Amino acid sequence: MGRLSVDLCGIELDNPVIPASGTFGYGYEFADLYDINILGTFSFKGTTKEPRFGNPTPRIAECASGMLNSVGLQNPGAEKVVSEELPRLKKVFGKKVMANVSGFSVEEYVETCRILDGQEQVGWIEVNVSCPNVHGGGMSFGTDARAAAEVTAKVKAATEKPIIIKLSPNVTDIVPIARACEDAGADGISLINTLLGMRIDLKTRKPVLKNVTGGLSGPAVFPVALRMVYQTAKAVKIPVVGMGGVASAEDVLEMMLAGATAVEVGAANLVNPYACRDIIRDLPAAMDKYGIKTLKEIR
Amino acid sequence: MKQGIYTVSENLKIADGVYRMTLSGDPSAITAAGQFVNLLTDGCYLRRPISVCEVGKDGFTIIYKVVGKGTEKMSRAKKGDEFDVLTGLGNGYDVAASGKSPLLIGGGVGVPPLYELAKRLTAQGKRVSVIIGFNKKSEVFYEKEFLSLGCKVFVATADGSYGEKGFVTDVMKKVGTYTYFYACGPEPMLKAVYKKSETDGEFSFERRMGCGFGACMGCSCKTVTGNKRICKEGPVIKKGDIIWED
Ligand SMILES: Cc1cc2nc3c(=O)[nH]c(=O)nc-3n(C[C@H](O)[C@H](O)[C@H](O)COP(=O)(O)OP(=O)(O)OC[C@H]3O[C@@H](n4cnc5c(N)ncnc54)[C@H](O)[C@@H]3O)c2cc1C
Ligand SMILES: Cc1cc2nc3c(=O)[nH]c(=O)nc-3n(C[C@H](O)[C@H](O)[C@H](O)COP(=O)(O)O)c2cc1C
Ligand code: FES
Repeated sequence: MGRLSVDLCGIELDNPVIPASGTFGYGYEFADLYDINILGTFSFKGTTKEPRFGNPTPRIAECASGMLNSVGLQNPGAEKVVSEELPRLKKVFGKKVMANVSGFSVEEYVETCRILDGQEQVGWIEVNVSCPNVHGGGMSFGTDARAAAEVTAKVKAATEKPIIIKLSPNVTDIVPIARACEDAGADGISLINTLLGMRIDLKTRKPVLKNVTGGLSGPAVFPVALRMVYQTAKAVKIPVVGMGGVASAEDVLEMMLAGATAVEVGAANLVNPYACRDIIRDLPAAMDKYGIKTLKEIR
Repeated sequence: MKQGIYTVSENLKIADGVYRMTLSGDPSAITAAGQFVNLLTDGCYLRRPISVCEVGKDGFTIIYKVVGKGTEKMSRAKKGDEFDVLTGLGNGYDVAASGKSPLLIGGGVGVPPLYELAKRLTAQGKRVSVIIGFNKKSEVFYEKEFLSLGCKVFVATADGSYGEKGFVTDVMKKVGTYTYFYACGPEPMLKAVYKKSETDGEFSFERRMGCGFGACMGCSCKTVTGNKRICKEGPVIKKGDIIWED
């Protein structure tokens, strides 16, 4: 057990650095660039029961220190992930992977989680509750404590692996939602997902994103993310995985000081494909600089 | 794909709002004509995708039009300045499909990747015809360069201020028979070429990109053979594969 190692829901991670869902595909684009076994783990692309193409393009926009995406959960569907992506991943990644799951009904979440729960390569299931609930008037599960708790309880009942509920920051108060998930049996909480935003093209006078709005991420959101991780970690006893704008070893330490047990890195991977490798490389020196002996004792 | 720091060895205005930048550094990841690079500029969060115009032993050349913040920044780069660049992105053109007398069709800043393609095709002894289209005379570039490769070159300008008046598709009927075509330019031009073309061929597409190397799903399109990422399974898509949107 090295000085970087942390425990996430009973599974030891060599380090707390986890590429975030949607910015690391199913791993092998990055495996061509560096040995991805150096990562704590990674969270794969948000997977739904059925294959999805996602939203029309343009799906990407930019802003000062960040980006917006309206990809819309493009993924090959749970069955294909099991039959094609996971076997391909196995060749390049020997650790447990974090399965990221999305759904548009409680039943869909449960079914997809059950499929992935049966996979030996999967260590944790990260349940993204930021999606709209088609039976609940399209409101996101993650903006309603009761809906988030219902997904948590039903998924927990159907699975064995640690369940991490990934929360949306687009709420007035994150605390009651996080607590509701904890009470419903969640093994961990991760946050933040992207903040809802938009851009307008002055030349065309139309929204840049075909979907009009999209999710903001990148360094621009870091202080908001840090604040929400802090509030959540104070309110719950289960581990919190912090993310939002993390781009350096110092950012990782800051997130951990706010109460995160592990830290996900999203948009940074898109700008610098070696971002996570560099962060892991830089962590020991940053810890030395601030007198941190081991990450487990940072708090 | 390779990431590296590349040094500007030349950055020159070659037409109205259009610049040519030569970057020196390891070009080994660039294997095919029609591939692109993704370039980080100061002050922009995301990288900027630009096609490779020519690749040499010690670097490569790009041609870009100033349209916004990133390209404006690039235009002010001086010899010796450095850029962080991802090189060797995308699939590139299928040179083997060309037949004896291929036709290359480019519009505006869709012209640059056709230059490396023309170099490779002429080196193989193909009879290459090129149609390049621009809005007006002041925007025309690379006619001479294609001529020196031994290509038959047709220039079209929308306002008729140089070459043939009209669009590249208006010139297509004048080039005689061709065995295959390669097209790059704005999407309306590609669509028009698709309709006018009489042989098989391939098209190079643009999309707003998040990463440029297949990680974010920002650039997807639907094709006959399934979903493709323009940055990874593209930017070049075969005629028979295309499903036009809208
Ligand atoms: C595969 C590929 C190859 C390209 N090759 C060339 C080339 O050889 N020469 C050239 O001049 N241009 C090329 N482009 C277009 C070029 O990427 C854009 O003009 C450039 O990104 C604009 O950046 P900006 O900061 O100046 O403009 P801004 O408008 O300020 O850019 C804002 C955002 O929009 C994106 N964007 C704007 N226009 C486009 C566009 N047309 N396509 C994709 N993204 C866009 C930018 O990358 C950025 O994220 C290519 C695009 C792609 C996808
Ligand atoms: C292109 C893109 C796609 C994303 N897709 C998903 C997804 O499928 N599932 C999910 O839970 N989060 C998704 N996210 C959100 C990230 O995992 C992360 O929560 C968010 O981007 C904040 O972190 P960052 O600022 O480091 O990017 C996506 C983010 C981006 C930029
Ligand atoms: S731009 Fe990210 S997948 Fe193509």
